[in-house]
Amino acid sequence: MSTLEIKGLVASVAGKQILNGIDLTIQSGEVHAVMGPNGAGKSTFSAVVMGKPGYEVHAGQVLLDGVARLALPTWQRAQAGMHLVMQYPSEVPGVDLTEMLAEAYGARGRATDTLAADVAAEAERIHFPSALLDRSLNVDLSGGEKKRTETLQLALLAPKFAILDELDSGLDIDALRDCARRVEAATHETNLGVLAITHYNRLLEELKPDHVHILVKGRIVASGGPELADQLERDGYEAFTGGEAADEPAATSSYDDLFAL
Amino acid sequence: MSTTLLDAAGQLSQAQLPSTESEVWRYSRIAELDLASFHPAVPSVTVTGADGLTPDPTRTAAMVATMPVHDVFDELHAAHAHTIEVHVPAGKVLTEPIVVTHHVTGDGSATFPRLVVHAGADSEFTVVERFESDADVRALIVPRLVLHAEQASRVSYLGVNLLAHSVWQLGHQQATGERDSTTLLATVALGGDYARVRTDARVVGQGATTKQVALYYADGHQMHDFRTLQDHIAPKTNSDLLFKGAVQDTAKSVYTGLIRIGEDAKGSAAYQTNRNLTLSEGAWAESVPNLDIRTNDVKCSHASTVGPIDDEQRFYLESRGIPPETAERLVILGFFDDVLAALPVGSLRPELRQRVAEKLLGGAA
Repeated sequence: MSTLEIKGLVASVAGKQILNGIDLTIQSGEVHAVMGPNGAGKSTFSAVVMGKPGYEVHAGQVLLDGVARLALPTWQRAQAGMHLVMQYPSEVPGVDLTEMLAEAYGARGRATDTLAADVAAEAERIHFPSALLDRSLNVDLSGGEKKRTETLQLALLAPKFAILDELDSGLDIDALRDCARRVEAATHETNLGVLAITHYNRLLEELKPDHVHILVKGRIVASGGPELADQLERDGYEAFTGGEAADEPAATSSYDDLFAL
Repeated sequence: MSTTLLDAAGQLSQAQLPSTESEVWRYSRIAELDLASFHPAVPSVTVTGADGLTPDPTRTAAMVATMPVHDVFDELHAAHAHTIEVHVPAGKVLTEPIVVTHHVTGDGSATFPRLVVHAGADSEFTVVERFESDADVRALIVPRLVLHAEQASRVSYLGVNLLAHSVWQLGHQQATGERDSTTLLATVALGGDYARVRTDARVVGQGATTKQVALYYADGHQMHDFRTLQDHIAPKTNSDLLFKGAVQDTAKSVYTGLIRIGEDAKGSAAYQTNRNLTLSEGAWAESVPNLDIRTNDVKCSHASTVGPIDDEQRFYLESRGIPPETAERLVILGFFDDVLAALPVGSLRPELRQRVAEKLLGGAA
């Protein structure tokens, strides 16, 4: 059993403070959805947790199994068991998926004898066309194909925790279902803990969250169970963006200070 | 001026060196060349794969006569050239490449090899020219290539510079393509101190195609200097160029390219792409693309970039748990991948890729 804790995270990008104190704790096997409107700081949150250059952390901590990780470079966070599924996966010309995974395995001291077969099996499972496996990473792939390869990598690298940065953006309904189901399966098969950052509810129809958090202006303004996503679907973000604590769900008492805007 | 351009001690004369003030030598390190410290030497050359081909001195002389004399190096060449002839008869297809290997040896030596390649009509073959040297030898090599592709012939040339970092190379290549011919001029430049190659690719017959690709990678104090001309003389001719380079440490590179579409070259298409990676703060790369279009009804494009490794690519790989130096190696080898894939001799790719990888591992010299 592993734990990912985010404590009082305050961060800025290009001199502008985007995250204003985020607290979140995820256990292995749990699915947490962080939902927020445009500009809430969703992508900044995922970037900061994973250590993307260009972001400055002013306060707070990210702990994996009780060990502080913010001082580590990205690749060491990944090796420790944190994984980011990107909203816009980068194209890397001239490097194919299996070549990249071989390096990722090697860097973890994992044997690569069965890698090609594992990639083929996982590609079939996620319905990623095997004819595309030889292509350069993310080059000439559709939005859905990119998210399928992102999910394929997640499945093979088998981290302790995955941050899904808008997994549902830019992909069709079939790809969304396949990717979400694969992540859901990983929470059972490898006890993956998931932090699913999303704008829309539709991802959560397949990937069932245990906890839902509403992110507004760099703070989590409400936390609750799956019913919170339903409430959001019904009432929209407006109900959460007024800066008033009136509709605050009972379970979020520890976030009271966040409402004193 | 004597016909051999030597001084009383048998050394080369310094007097005629071109200046960086002339456009052709702009950005070059020509001012550093101490020509008088070199003496003409007999090149060490081996040729394989040319069995069964016969010399054709008359044609060789006629082809050599087409080479322009612009500067002191052309004059020196005329005086001291050592000629290698490759004449492939009409209709002949060679499945294995002809390999010409120059081995530069002897401090202070200056060699002037001249490779003459004639492709008879509808012939098909590949010539590889390797430039190698003793370690640390202080030498000058001034190679010339004159290539003539007759109608419908398919000729590929690959020049590989593996010279020591103490050798100067001043190369000039001239290729001419007749009707419906296809020429591929490829270069891999990893060696040399100051290594310059000028390539004039002329398409003089309707429907002719010329392609140029290059991979260059300089480290330490090396400088690679390329100057290319895609010269469209005849109608409906095609040219395509892809040059990719990297510089690290305090190395430099220059790419200067011109697409020239003449008055009669209607319906032609010409493309030129030059991309450069600067891998260290102290490294420097320059890219100067030019267009000179003198007719209508042409397709033409050029693109050039100079910059460091893309941060997003690096972050993407590192987010998969790949350490920075490995991520960098993947990105750089990936960057060169399309050029390596376009090289004419597939069997050489693993070796060349390996040499690039070794250069990466060499890091800051």
